[in-house]
Amino acid sequence: MRPVAVIGIGKTPFGAFGDRDLRSLAVEGGEKCLANGRHAPGQVDAFFLGNFAGPSFAGQNHLAPYVSTALGIHGVPATRVEAACASSGSAFFHAYNGVASGVYDSVLVVGVEKMTCQPTPRVTEILAGAGDCAGEIKAGSTFASLFAMIARRHMHQFGTTREHLAAVAVKNHANGALNPDAQMRKVITMEQAMNGKPIADPLNLYDCSLISDGAAAVLLAPAERAQEFTDKPVRVLGIAQASDFVALDQKPDITTFPAVRLASAKAYQMAGVGPADIQLAELHDCFTIAEIIAIEDLGFAARGEGGPFTLAGHTARTGSKPINTSGGLKSKGHPVGATGVAQICDLVLQMRCEAGARQVPRHSLALAQNLGGSGATCVVTILGTV
Amino acid sequence: MSDRTGTIYTETVIYSSTEAFAADVPYQTAIVALDSGGRVTGRIISDHGERVRIDDRVSRVEVRDGVPFFRKIP
Repeated sequence: MRPVAVIGIGKTPFGAFGDRDLRSLAVEGGEKCLANGRHAPGQVDAFFLGNFAGPSFAGQNHLAPYVSTALGIHGVPATRVEAACASSGSAFFHAYNGVASGVYDSVLVVGVEKMTCQPTPRVTEILAGAGDCAGEIKAGSTFASLFAMIARRHMHQFGTTREHLAAVAVKNHANGALNPDAQMRKVITMEQAMNGKPIADPLNLYDCSLISDGAAAVLLAPAERAQEFTDKPVRVLGIAQASDFVALDQKPDITTFPAVRLASAKAYQMAGVGPADIQLAELHDCFTIAEIIAIEDLGFAARGEGGPFTLAGHTARTGSKPINTSGGLKSKGHPVGATGVAQICDLVLQMRCEAGARQVPRHSLALAQNLGGSGATCVVTILGTV
Repeated sequence: MSDRTGTIYTETVIYSSTEAFAADVPYQTAIVALDSGGRVTGRIISDHGERVRIDDRVSRVEVRDGVPFFRKIP
């Protein structure tokens, strides 16, 4: 296996764009990325599309060549990857393997989701398709309710509080307010975050990520050739994907995500670093409790300490371990299939010192954690500037 | 050991649902650790405003379309 670098990034803003369809979003992200990585479409060897539910949201299947040809990429393998909210993280993982193995020299990965074309109850139903439809979903579960049950158990076992959850939302909104591409650029107070409209007890509106349209793209190449295409290459130092049960009721302990632990252990080992070395991270805060548990599963804090770690300010932009400086899924937005690649884009911006008002001072070693469903897929990526 | 009785492992009350369950909102779901072993996700019957919490004992009173409905054991 040979070293791989991210040589280009491109993103659309995230939001509710009534006049944009899935393909136009994906093309905008892809074109920006190709320009950023100084590539013509004809130089791309393979195309991967991360997308969760285009067929359900937009009635369109066969999405990878549908997007790649619109980008002017013809003839090469074009493959869609679906892994719920980890769709584009997984697409990125497979693209990485293609370059690392020497099969491809230049791979474009686009993540995209167009969600706001459906009313919220239908969006909730489509998202529920990432759960066990014959069991938990049939019983009336929504994704918010699955994470609510996780939160309830975490509170019971570790004493995690509503205040801890709210601290995640307040912090991520404070970051997103500084991100020009974020969907909800709004600072919120603890009081607001504690008292939002109930969604699934103990989670309220401010604990939930947004329903979003958007796309994000990255271009991968062998590290030895990266300087031809960018002045600021970022290396993929470690990456792993892991899997677990889809149904929450099959997991022995719902207060931890074994797939996150497995993927991060492998990624740390591959990169030759540990949790203490990571300088900033983009974590999958689909719900506030998910960020708290990720902090624990990645080893940034001990089990049960994710809430207090957050409330103490360690994960703020000015803290020792800035998390979700982009605003996270909570404030930046969560176009499901775009999220994994968007996390990589946001870290690369920080690592290139191009993050503007939200720039953090230490940015040479970063981690992205992309979670699918209630933990059945996880992709962890460690990036470094060399 | 009975597969009709068990203990609440975790629970939630849902206020925002898919269209199929909109008429039931708010309703409670729970993961029940069955006395016979294993866990199952089911609905909690709350026709008298009952609400279950973690470690409460419940019994299954019916199965509708494959979904178990539990009631709190007083």
